[in-house]
Amino acid sequence: MDGLKNFIEHYNYVATIVLMVAGLYIVIARGNMIKKLIGLSLFQTSVYLLYIAPGKIIGGTPPVLDPKITVYSNPLPHVLILTAIVVGIATIALGLAIVTRINEAYGTIEEDEIFAREEQE
Amino acid sequence: MSAISAQLPGLQVVVPLLGAIIAAFIRRGTLAWAWATLITAATPVMAFALLVQVWANGPISYHLGGWPPPIGIEYRVDLLNAFVLMLVSLVSAIMMPYARRSVAHEIDGDKQAWFYCMYLLCLTGLLGITITGDAFNAFVFLEISSLSSYVLIAMGRDRRALVASYQYLIVGTIGATFYVVGVGLLYLVTGSLNFADIATRLADANVMFPRPVLAALAFLFVGISLKLALFPLHVWLPNAYAYAPSFATAFLAATATKVAIYLFLRIGFSVYGVALDIKALPISAVLYPLSVAAMFIASILAVYEQNLKRMLAYSSVAQIGYITLGIALMNQAGLTGAIVHLFNHALIKGGLFLALGAVVYRAGTIKLDDLGGVGRTMPLTLAAFVLAGMSLMGVPGTAGFISKYYLVVGAFDAGLWPVAFLIVASSLIALVYIGRVVEIAYFRPVSEAVAHAKDPPLMMLVPILVLTIASIYFGIDTELSAGVANRIAEGLIGALKLGEAH
Repeated sequence: MDGLKNFIEHYNYVATIVLMVAGLYIVIARGNMIKKLIGLSLFQTSVYLLYIAPGKIIGGTPPVLDPKITVYSNPLPHVLILTAIVVGIATIALGLAIVTRINEAYGTIEEDEIFAREEQE
Repeated sequence: MSAISAQLPGLQVVVPLLGAIIAAFIRRGTLAWAWATLITAATPVMAFALLVQVWANGPISYHLGGWPPPIGIEYRVDLLNAFVLMLVSLVSAIMMPYARRSVAHEIDGDKQAWFYCMYLLCLTGLLGITITGDAFNAFVFLEISSLSSYVLIAMGRDRRALVASYQYLIVGTIGATFYVVGVGLLYLVTGSLNFADIATRLADANVMFPRPVLAALAFLFVGISLKLALFPLHVWLPNAYAYAPSFATAFLAATATKVAIYLFLRIGFSVYGVALDIKALPISAVLYPLSVAAMFIASILAVYEQNLKRMLAYSSVAQIGYITLGIALMNQAGLTGAIVHLFNHALIKGGLFLALGAVVYRAGTIKLDDLGGVGRTMPLTLAAFVLAGMSLMGVPGTAGFISKYYLVVGAFDAGLWPVAFLIVASSLIALVYIGRVVEIAYFRPVSEAVAHAKDPPLMMLVPILVLTIASIYFGIDTELSAGVANRIAEGLIGALKLGEAH
């Protein structure tokens, strides 16, 4: 029972961990460079959830000052993650740009084919 | 004047950041180089002023936007990061004159301005990580420096540079994300992002939530270790260094991993060490075997490497092993050794990679077998290479010897004489791979590739010689390197909260 209670109380963390591991698995298991980037993106996104979910306080309102309200949700995680999202987009954009260049240079984006070509040279 | 000196911590980061943006608008390569040189030259001046202030008056706390910590972002300069700021900015400034010819040789004209833009952004990121006292701000700077270094590497002539850059991007992003997860867990248990503030709250948090605190350490450890290329998380490094443009390799080898090591020290000692008993945490237990493995396995891989840039890259992994070994020892001499080796290795590897860049510039190849007799056609360059190489081995009278000396003393102080033996034994492997270059460069007949090569122009030669002479000089006069490192180690160890059992 304790396990179930623990699970329900922390379901947001469980979701984070599932997404995180799924993303990391794709990065490691896939040979296609675009698919790896998708996995990487999933992995990064899972962290957003880790920050955002605990920022919500039950019964809390958005942090707009009002004399009638005493409980506010924490806005700081949102701001942090806004920054992290920008970083994530920049990373994926740069990754896709590099993959495009790799495709031009090698004619493939499969890692094993690229390594096979390097071996031949 | 005092108005400027109060703003120095901010300017240290803002000047190269704005410089990078302006460099992007300068279309002409040479002009962009001149601009980047000017900006880079300004950074060690500011770092030196900060170091002097900190040395005299103790830590500086700079509140960004006037918000006091822990609410606002704080730039906190103490002796440790003033020293690292000085190192990073000074080595970059020494290297800049070299960049013009080397970059013009390896990168197409219309892309040179972008190269300098990315270089300045990378410098901004590295200085930012070093100066900030805020854990999340450090992540942002980490990504600024990482993203720009992926671009720097991808600009290499060889198409393999693209694959190396892609692999570094994947590994680097995983590392940075691990770091954010660690910071997030710390934020959840302490409610703070300021390093000093986390340190004061962490002991209480550890009583309530011991598992997240330990998990955060694990995430931070792995994330930063990916960045500093701790064995076996180093796989991105050899290809990235081998195929990047020569100047980018020298710059990244001398600065990027050093800043990651700084971040490791900051979190290990100034956050966890201040709040908890650091010797009860599994930091040393993990670092010892990995450091020793790095020292031996990476050195042996270097011996079998044909591509000289890859050889030096493997050697970098091995040298990082010495630094992390010093950190694992966690005593005065060991930590001094780690910090002083951080300094010396930046000079030595900077010099070595610049010398190889000069060989690329004149001979167009760095395959060892093609370089027969290059010592006779490029005498000064190769002389510098051999001198810096001797410092790398740790020959007495060179800077490398000072680092190894402190490490060996630290190992004895910790009662670990086998480790002291391993430090000396692994240095002998460096003798083999540097010796191999000496044999081919001086004792083989002059090969076709290098027959018409000669020493590079003065603007490239001077930075090589300055770094090489520095890597010898700091073996004789140790006041600036070991003296400061000793005081930093004292400060780090003095602040530690150690358990009763120790």
